[in-house]
Amino acid sequence: MIDREVTIKNRAGLHTRPAATLVKLASKFKSDFIISKDGFEINGKSIIGVMTLAAEQGSTLLLRFNGPDELEAAAAIQELFDKAFDEPL
Amino acid sequence: MSPGEHERKQEEAVFRGIAASPGIAVGPAYLFQKHVPVINQKTVEPEGVEPEILRLRSALDRSRRELSKIYDFAKQKLGEHQAKIFEAQVMILDDSVLFDSIDGRIRAERKNVEFIVHDEIEKYRKVMVDASDEYTRERALDVEDVRNRILRNLQEEKLISKLEGAPVIVSQSLAAADALILSRNTILAYVTEIGGVTSHSALLARALKIPSVVGLRHLMANVRNGDRIAVDGYGGIVVLNPSPETVDEILRKRERYKEFEEKLAGLRDLPAETPDGRRVELTANVELAEELEFIKIQGADGIGLYRSESLLLGGEVFPNEEEQYAEYKVFADTMYPKRVVIRTFDIGGDKIMGSQTTRESNPFLGWRGIRVMLDRPELFLEQVRAILRASERKNISVMFPMISNIKELRKARQLVEDAKGQLRARGLAYDEKIRIGIMIEVPAAAVIVEDLAKEVDFVSIGTNDLIQYLLAVDRGNDVVSDLYQEFHPAVVRFLRRIIDRSKECDIPVAMCGEMAGDPLATILLLGLGLDEFSVVPAALPEIKKIIRSVKYRDAKKIAKKALSLVTEDELKKYLTDVMKGYELGVE
Repeated sequence: MIDREVTIKNRAGLHTRPAATLVKLASKFKSDFIISKDGFEINGKSIIGVMTLAAEQGSTLLLRFNGPDELEAAAAIQELFDKAFDEPL
Repeated sequence: MSPGEHERKQEEAVFRGIAASPGIAVGPAYLFQKHVPVINQKTVEPEGVEPEILRLRSALDRSRRELSKIYDFAKQKLGEHQAKIFEAQVMILDDSVLFDSIDGRIRAERKNVEFIVHDEIEKYRKVMVDASDEYTRERALDVEDVRNRILRNLQEEKLISKLEGAPVIVSQSLAAADALILSRNTILAYVTEIGGVTSHSALLARALKIPSVVGLRHLMANVRNGDRIAVDGYGGIVVLNPSPETVDEILRKRERYKEFEEKLAGLRDLPAETPDGRRVELTANVELAEELEFIKIQGADGIGLYRSESLLLGGEVFPNEEEQYAEYKVFADTMYPKRVVIRTFDIGGDKIMGSQTTRESNPFLGWRGIRVMLDRPELFLEQVRAILRASERKNISVMFPMISNIKELRKARQLVEDAKGQLRARGLAYDEKIRIGIMIEVPAAAVIVEDLAKEVDFVSIGTNDLIQYLLAVDRGNDVVSDLYQEFHPAVVRFLRRIIDRSKECDIPVAMCGEMAGDPLATILLLGLGLDEFSVVPAALPEIKKIIRSVKYRDAKKIAKKALSLVTEDELKKYLTDVMKGYELGVE
């Protein structure tokens, strides 16, 4: 199991477009992927779940990966957050 | 008509609302109601479980097909950017985590699929409704819409998109998606209980040239399907069960308007010039690129106000420099060589900060317009660069909203210079002498207009806000909205001051508020010396006709007399009498 803490950097926050990118990427891995924000947990492979997060710019998310390819999944998704979903900062 | 309906008393009833899209129509009412599913919880036998899941699969398929049709139609009618409002719904239908857990619950709890779908999606919706940011709360509506779509398809009820005959759509409110999908039929008119002139559906009605009246309170309770209904989209009036005399009258009005409009169409290529040679600019206020064709047909001298914040409507992200540039370039190229005034984003702080903003107790006096943009210079620079790049053909001007002191103006101008420098460094072309103007909508700006005027190329009076601030009246507040008076002597005298002081500095004065498009105000504004009238596109021909009918010399006298009157009633009566004297208007 791997835990990562990330910050939302892009200006518009985790709105529909980055949420879709995130969910699609996460779904490529076998590992479970849980996102929690302020103690509230959702499945990171579910778009409707990610939509409920209301994660705006500057908010912190805790990512939890668990499964056979958790290392790869964590690296790929961490990178997505690091580059701010290729969106304006 | 069924026999029972014959017996029902058909009394004429008049409803007054807000004219949202011009035109006149008489026809049968069609009550459009959003499908609100009724959900009963039932237990399913073990052998009934798999058929329930199959039922869900086919309902999802049907929902997908519906949404993809709506999405395509939206792209065609509204463009790619606006169509994105439907993207979230499409994706939810493919959420395998959601539907795996729904399948799992149907198997484990052996409840009917309607109940489980409703219950499971409701959990997410509730969280979103309670979110602190507006964006997430708006998405809750998407979630609700997609849930209702699935439930409707589970109950095998059809999406109402095909209508018999040509009805008048009567609705409590109308989402843009509904107005859009219904417009595939022949629609005579849209009338709704709520909604404003600037709502998405009103905008859409104008783009589709369908008459519309909004804000008709208590209408739904009085109308039944098939009732005859007359709609006057000029006057904002709806008549239910009109008497033959009323129908005659309203159809005559339509004829008069038609003749009037045909006559006005002859004005298209003529300048907005008084008989004694005073030429003013007559331009249009615009929100969407889709309106550009209409504006050209109406013969505008250019665009006096492009509300760039309309780019943010329905969109999720702030468009970046490239996206903005693409949009502004469409305006510049379509209107070339005519001018386009782009107003920088006039938005409240919540648009960019979401829940991080503390809720303002008085947003009208709060963080909005240029105040927001100066606090977020990176956003402002991005927009200004996009505007500058679109100015390459030298027909673009830039305008700042909500300026209340000279420091804000200087700061904004400095940022324009910074943006120019950034573009030079990138080797990109722009208009070095781009004209810079400001809105005069805060009374303080009107008071110091002689100082502001020395540092800008033009000013444009935003009457809607100016009047609200000057008279301390929120026009959206029903209790006091009758105190919102365009012809309050204080307003008229304030306008004179703004116009006189600006002209002393040799800069042109425009007006882009609603008052500029009010025919009753035209002669007065002309006489006060206004140089440019920027109006809603539909008002262009009528305002032009008035300008071409009245000598500037006489308009000045009329304005002088108007300035001496002490109540709004006197002013309005005087101006109405003046109009009659010129035989202007169709009434």
